[in-house]
Order: sequence, then structure tokens, then C-alpha cells
Amino acid sequence: MINRRAFLVLSTALLLPLLPGLSGRALAQAAGDRAAAFVKTHADSIVSAMKGAGTPEEKRRILGPIIDASIDVDGVARFCLGRFWRSASPDQQKRYVALFHQVLIGSITSKLGEYQDVRVTVGRSQPRDDTQVVTTTLERPNNPPTTVDWIVTDAATNPKVIDVIAEGTSLRLTQRSDYAAYLTHNNSDVDALIKAMSQQLAQPKS
Amino acid sequence: MHPDLRFQNALTVATVASATLALSWRLCIFIGLLAVLMSGCATPPPADDPEAVADFKQTNDPLEPTNRVFYAINNGLDTVILRPAAKAYRFVVPTPVRTGVHNVLGNLGSPVQLSNDVLQGKPRRAGDTTMRFLINTTAGVLGVFDVATGWGYPNHDTDFGLTLANWGVPDGPFLFLPVLGPSNPRDAVGFGTDIALDPFTWVGKGTAVTAMKWTRFALNTLDTRERYLDPIDQIKKTALDPYATFRSLYHQHREGEIEALRKDNRATVPVWFPQPPASLAPQAR
Repeated sequence: MINRRAFLVLSTALLLPLLPGLSGRALAQAAGDRAAAFVKTHADSIVSAMKGAGTPEEKRRILGPIIDASIDVDGVARFCLGRFWRSASPDQQKRYVALFHQVLIGSITSKLGEYQDVRVTVGRSQPRDDTQVVTTTLERPNNPPTTVDWIVTDAATNPKVIDVIAEGTSLRLTQRSDYAAYLTHNNSDVDALIKAMSQQLAQPKS
Repeated sequence: MHPDLRFQNALTVATVASATLALSWRLCIFIGLLAVLMSGCATPPPADDPEAVADFKQTNDPLEPTNRVFYAINNGLDTVILRPAAKAYRFVVPTPVRTGVHNVLGNLGSPVQLSNDVLQGKPRRAGDTTMRFLINTTAGVLGVFDVATGWGYPNHDTDFGLTLANWGVPDGPFLFLPVLGPSNPRDAVGFGTDIALDPFTWVGKGTAVTAMKWTRFALNTLDTRERYLDPIDQIKKTALDPYATFRSLYHQHREGEIEALRKDNRATVPVWFPQPPASLAPQAR
């Protein structure tokens, strides 16, 4: 009996430290699966919206809500303004974020034609810092396959995409360096940036 | 945010114009001297603004004023010469022919690719390159068809700049070179070394050989520029500061390539031998 109890105690003592490790890994696994499923769902709905019938204007209207639901647009907008966010007035911040929404939707819908026949394969998901990196492969006719990583934050509760890394280049980093360079050459004037952004938007769409 | 930034690696612009350098190296030296003479340096932000200083350091572009001058010159040349030529090439030559030309050019680049794979100490990459060369030169009819990719030997880009990076050589400040485009001291040295590593630089004499070398150069330039027509147009249209966007993309693209190269440690165990566990054999991206 004593032997048996000793064995139980000993084995429990040995196994206990493993438990958090196991459950931690299981949790991480679950978060990864959720992030991958999240990307899959939204990628599918965006692709089907792009493939669907309708004028570009109608597609734009369909895509708007999908983009807002899947991408943390406000967060990305803040990131892209970088250190200039804090020096901007609340009114400037508001106008900038509103414009950023339009810029983002505009740049996605401008690719409608190009991505008509895209096929998205969702691969593995792995944690990086507080986020999950979901790797996908985009295949289009007459183009080599492209690796695109989706950085998903808050995978457990309220998953949102905060960055897209296409073949090693991060979209939000590129955008941020564009805005930072523009602001540096325009006396860090956020109003000048807002004006330039609205001028870009007013350009005729090709 | 451009969902398709992958194509926008400004590196292409560099590769495109590469051969021009060989031609007009005297002109380049002259322009280079001119650049040194008028070398404007970017003014660092005041030290009491740590975030601005951090940004400045991260951008790593102390020669920005000079670089922007060369960007403007290159951009002008591209607008009047290279871009129209690439558009004409796309308009006149049908897609399958262009793909064939691209494959042949890639196949001709195999010796340089293999040298770099070996110097990087990447046996699987070297094996891929060798098999691709053997298969595509024979079954692929002198490289016109890329049969090897379907047979499990995928292509990869490499150059001596990446080899240097793999050896731990730092990149140095960002440079926008006349004709060559975005670069840095490490990649500029790599570019020159790649020309020296290319056996075609050293073999043959006579009019026919020279004509062939020039044809290869011209086609390489056209092929690369044609592939980047849409992404570069897109950047110029949407970026508020295209120079800064190309600079960022170049840097990120190179870092991505270096990381992929470092991570590519696929094992060289023959298929008939017990395979190491997957955890020991990380897959290349």
C-alpha cells in the first residue's frame, strides 16, 4: 500500500510540472487553429466577393463590411502614422483614420481584376509574440505562387488581421515608411498628409 | 496598403539596368565622382527628439539627398526608355514566348546561382540548381521549358550580396545607384562579384559572341522590367513618396531573402536512407 501511495505521489509530483506545459501547448494549438480558421473564412468571403457578379461599385460595397470585420483598420491606421499619431490633434486623428479606411478599401478593390481567379490555400499557423502568423499561398493563373503571411491578433477572443506580409514585405511597415517620409519632408504636418491622402483618393481609378 | 507588394521589390529595377553598367562604366565612375563632390548628407533630427532619431537610424539613409537625385534621374530614364520598351515587349511578344525567354535567361544564370549556393554552404539549394540546369537544358530544350519545377526542383533567387549577408557582412547605408537602382555597399559589391563569377563574362571572343552577350543583356533587362510593369506603376500611383516606398521595400525584400536563406537547412539525406525527424529538417520557405 505504502509503495503504491508513494508511487502515486511520486508520479503526480513528476507529472504536475508537465501539466501547464501540456495545456499551454494545447491552448497555443487551439489559438493557432482559430487564427487559421479565421483567415480561411474571411479569405473565402473576400475571394467570393471578388469573383461574384456585379459592378466594381457593388463589389466595393460588399467588401467594405468584410474588411472592417476582418482587419483592425483603426489599429493599422494608428501604426502607420507612427510617432506622428501622438502629435496629431484628436480632430486630425479622426479625419486621418476615416481617410485611411477609404485608402485601404480603395487599394483592395483596385486589385479586383487582378485577383479574379485567385486560389487561397491556408497553411500552418504559428505564434509570434502576442500574435498568430497564418501562412497562406496565393495562386493565380500565369503567376508563380505567392506566400502571404497574415498576422492575426487576439486570436482567442476577437481575432483581427493587423498586417499582411507578402513575400517578406510587410504592408503596414511599407505604408508607415511612406507616410513617415512624407511627413518628414512636410514639417511633420499631419494636415498636409491628410490633404495628400485625399488627393490620392480623388485620382481617377484606372 | 497594396495586397500585392511582393512584385514591388524595387530590386528588379536594379537587375534590369545591370548590364548597362558594364557598358557605360566610365560614365558611371564620372557620375559617381560627381555624386561624391556634391554629396549632400541628410541632416539628422535634433538629439532631443529620440523617436525621430530612432526613425532616422532605422531608415539608414544618411545620403538621402544624393540618393534622391539619382532616383529622379533613374526614374526619368525609366519613363522615357525602359518602361515604353517593356510595354512594347509585352504588346508584341505573346506570353508563352516571353515565358520561354524568361526560362532560358534563368537557365543561363545557373552557373552564378550554383557558385553562390556552394559559397553559402547550402547543399540542397546547390542540388536544386544543378538538377534544374541538367533537366531544363535537356528535357526542357535548352532551357525554354521549366520542367524541373514540376519534378520537385524549385527555383530560388540568389546572388553574391546574399552570400555576403550569409557570411555575416552588414549591409551598410542605403544607396540609390545611377542606373542600378536601390542597393547598399554590400549588394553593390555582390553585383560586381556576380558578373565576375559568370563564366559567360570570360569565355569567347568575336562579333558573334559579343552580339549574343548583348542580346542576353537586352532581353534580361526587358524581361525583368516587363514583369514589374504593373507593381511599379501601382507604387508610383499610390505612394505619397515613391522613393521612400521603394527604399522600404528593397530593405524588407532583402531581409526576407536573407532570412529564408538562413532558414533553408534542408537535410541532404538520400531517399533510401532513414530520414531524420521533421523537427531536425526545417523546410525551406
